[in-house]
Amino acid sequence: MVASADLLRVEDLAISFAIMGGAIHAVKRANLRILPGKVTALVGESGSGKSVIGQAIMGILPRSARARGRILFSDPESPGETADILQMPPDGREIRGIRGRRIGKIFQEPMTSLSPLHTIGNQVGEVLKIHTTLSAEECRERTEGMLALVGFPNPRRAYDMYPFELSGGLRQRAMIAMALICHPALLIADEPTTALDVTIQAQILLLLRELQANLNMAMLLITHDLGVVANVADEVVVIYHGEIMEAGPVDAIFRRPTHPYLKGLMAAVPHFDMKPGERLKALREVPVNVENLLGKKKPKKGTDVLLSVRNLTKSFSIRQSDWSFGEVATVRAVDCVSFDIRRGECLGLVGESGSGKTTVSKLLMRAVTPDQGSVVFNDSDSPIDVLSATGSALRKLRTKIQMVFQDPVSSLSPRMTVQNILSEPLEIHGRGDAQTRLASVSALMRAIGLDQHFVNRYPHSFSGGQRQRIGIARALALGPDLLICDEPVSALDVSVQAQILNLLKDLQKELGLTYLFISHNLAVVDYMADRIAVMCGGRIVELAPREALMGNPIHPYTRALLAAIPFPDLDRPLDLGMLRKNGASDTATWGPQFRDDGEEGVLAHTDIGDGHFLLARRSADAKELLPC
Amino acid sequence: MLRYVGWRIAAMVPTLLIISALVFTIIELPPGDYFESYAAELRAQGEGVDMGQLEALRAEYGFDQPVVIRYFYWVAGMLQGDFGYSFEYQVPVSDVIGNRMWLTVLVSFVTIVFTWVIAFPIGMYSATHQYSWGDYGLTFLGLIGIAIPNFMLALILMYFANIWFGTSIGHLMDQRYLGEPMSWDKAKSIVEHLWIPVIIIGTAGTAGMIRRLRANLLDELQKQYVMTARAKGLHPFRTLVKYPLRMSLNFFVSDIGSILPAIISGAEITAIVLSLETTGPMLIKALRSQDMYLAGAFLMFLAFLTVIGVLISDLALAILDPRIRLQGGSTK
Repeated sequence: MVASADLLRVEDLAISFAIMGGAIHAVKRANLRILPGKVTALVGESGSGKSVIGQAIMGILPRSARARGRILFSDPESPGETADILQMPPDGREIRGIRGRRIGKIFQEPMTSLSPLHTIGNQVGEVLKIHTTLSAEECRERTEGMLALVGFPNPRRAYDMYPFELSGGLRQRAMIAMALICHPALLIADEPTTALDVTIQAQILLLLRELQANLNMAMLLITHDLGVVANVADEVVVIYHGEIMEAGPVDAIFRRPTHPYLKGLMAAVPHFDMKPGERLKALREVPVNVENLLGKKKPKKGTDVLLSVRNLTKSFSIRQSDWSFGEVATVRAVDCVSFDIRRGECLGLVGESGSGKTTVSKLLMRAVTPDQGSVVFNDSDSPIDVLSATGSALRKLRTKIQMVFQDPVSSLSPRMTVQNILSEPLEIHGRGDAQTRLASVSALMRAIGLDQHFVNRYPHSFSGGQRQRIGIARALALGPDLLICDEPVSALDVSVQAQILNLLKDLQKELGLTYLFISHNLAVVDYMADRIAVMCGGRIVELAPREALMGNPIHPYTRALLAAIPFPDLDRPLDLGMLRKNGASDTATWGPQFRDDGEEGVLAHTDIGDGHFLLARRSADAKELLPC
Repeated sequence: MLRYVGWRIAAMVPTLLIISALVFTIIELPPGDYFESYAAELRAQGEGVDMGQLEALRAEYGFDQPVVIRYFYWVAGMLQGDFGYSFEYQVPVSDVIGNRMWLTVLVSFVTIVFTWVIAFPIGMYSATHQYSWGDYGLTFLGLIGIAIPNFMLALILMYFANIWFGTSIGHLMDQRYLGEPMSWDKAKSIVEHLWIPVIIIGTAGTAGMIRRLRANLLDELQKQYVMTARAKGLHPFRTLVKYPLRMSLNFFVSDIGSILPAIISGAEITAIVLSLETTGPMLIKALRSQDMYLAGAFLMFLAFLTVIGVLISDLALAILDPRIRLQGGSTK
């Protein structure tokens, strides 16, 4: 029989959700198989039904879901026997014996998928308590061993820590430990690295691959990221709107994609080999129409500086205390940051989470007050001191600098219609009367390619990409000069990401906007930016024109960031040597010329030509700074 | 954390001082004092009043002194455990309250336990069986419980108890045990009488708690970590108790702050309707007759319990939720 060769077979699976007045068919007659000891990737956009299949395999579908078909699990523990998971009574003893013991699962959000009230050891060890008869000491020993295996530097201490005391990467490692502690035959990883930084993502992928090989288990990797697929998977299954489009070995799929959907998906990912001016092909392109838009200017690109930032510094104090008397530690979130944004350009700001890039954007918006430094905005008639502006100068400044946020869900009020959201900035600044505001809103809707009829809807009836477009329209309402985009696409799918990036590019061209584009994704910044600044630990470590930074990265941190990006290309696997255990921001791995070793003020920005700045020791000579 | 506890306890002192000043002001606000009300009452009954004797009493209790000085005498007395003298009962305040205090605590404590025992299983059932017939039925009952005022429920129960069983359900014990020392028969009589006030006083609280528990649990059941627990193979009931229920306990602990004062004040109106021998009716009577030291002692005691209750619930929250204990606040 062929079936016995497969660890898991999904046959004619159909899943629907009962909703008011009908049903949503999330999965339609899906067939797929998972081979033992191999990594099978299930690729699709959000809403394609890929996560629902993962839930169905575990038998943890939401109560409103109805599943038909067969999910056949051939447990290697009991050869020859095949059980249909869908036939088992829900939450019954049989299915609970499979969950956690024979099939493990890790989720996308490591913060929300761990209980904040229970220690790591409690939550990981619980799996052993459910499925084994080990004593408490043995459980603790096994748990600590598992935590060590997934890369916790000090498992004994980590056992008694709470999830919120750990970084995102370590939390995801704890989730992996929880899923693998009973050595399951199958691991379902549902977007395991989407919420993580690139460097951490590379480490987690590496870890998953290693563990998968060492424990000889199969893995179902659910993801939308083709770069991840190319680096990890053996088999690929592509799903689109609940239907399986294409399936096969990774080699065949990547080298000879046949289905137009997969081809489109591949063209939508920004990559480093793009020619200047080459455009991403979004699956669904948005037409931009900026006629009648407020503040439409002649596009001009010059060398005059629009925003000048000098020596910006901000420290936060953190209270670290248990039951004892608290000690106050200070962390320099932003440390002597200086840069210029030229009129009409896009300056990219790259760094991992915690590098201080979002704090910089908050400082520029005056949401946080800096300890020292200066920010000057060169308006068309006179320069404005951003940090000390008050009264009418501040009001004027607010119309000049606007922000696009990361999360399109929480950045739009759920109780306001699109009409309210888009006209609110106009109302605050007393622009026009009700009639002209209405006209402005419809001009904004045209600019972002949304239909006029949608203005009376609420944000929840839009998709993530549409919501982000509304967020962009809100930022454009007052006709700003400078747009600060804080991770505008990192919460979006690849296909939607391309659409938003193209929209931002078009708007920049049509309206003569200047961007500060903040992102952790170097490939995205590479597509958008004219010049790129790389931040690490609150400092800008390298700042250079795009071609120079991508073609000739010098700082070890920049190089580590570049090395950690997974390419959707089988011939460019991740460079494992570059992915050190502590992440790219571990200064110990940097060359001595880039470290300050605790000394104050020994590092300075050095120009190595063509506007390529590096943060290095003053004493280091130019030769040391060139790549070896 | 120790610093936090110390700071919180230190902050209680000014809080209580301010409250005592407010309480004293409010008691002083109505024109006249106890002796005037007393004289008026005597006159109303057609008896003569010896004004000289009243003046002498006034002087004895310091009522001829300025208000501020009397306030300080009062506060200083309370610090030494002397709560003043009840004019109406002609004994020290602590003697008057002491008699009824433990009965009040008993009724309130049993009521709280009753509330929890009923509310928790029903709340859990309602949340896990959302939109089922059981959920709708219990929700309906709960809403009725919230909507009917306690004293109304008391009157209805009294009426039907009289018609069906021919008994009066008032009081907390058979009247012949009043003032008697504690005995086996007296305890039995109290237990027999206790359940009626407990049900009446507890109904609204139970229904409210069911609603809140259900809403909190419904929020928590949507969370990702519940899915994680199911994916481990944990039994559904164990999952419910260990994760979402534990998370939804925060609101419950925050409630302790308001439960403590309620123990003493009891449900005054219900207590009057049922003629319960608790402190509630006494407080109302003291306020009416301007028996100022008795009323003042009551109000101060309530304030003190509120402050203590809030402190306890804050500390309990810190113990229950490591995020509050360990994370602290970072400054902007």
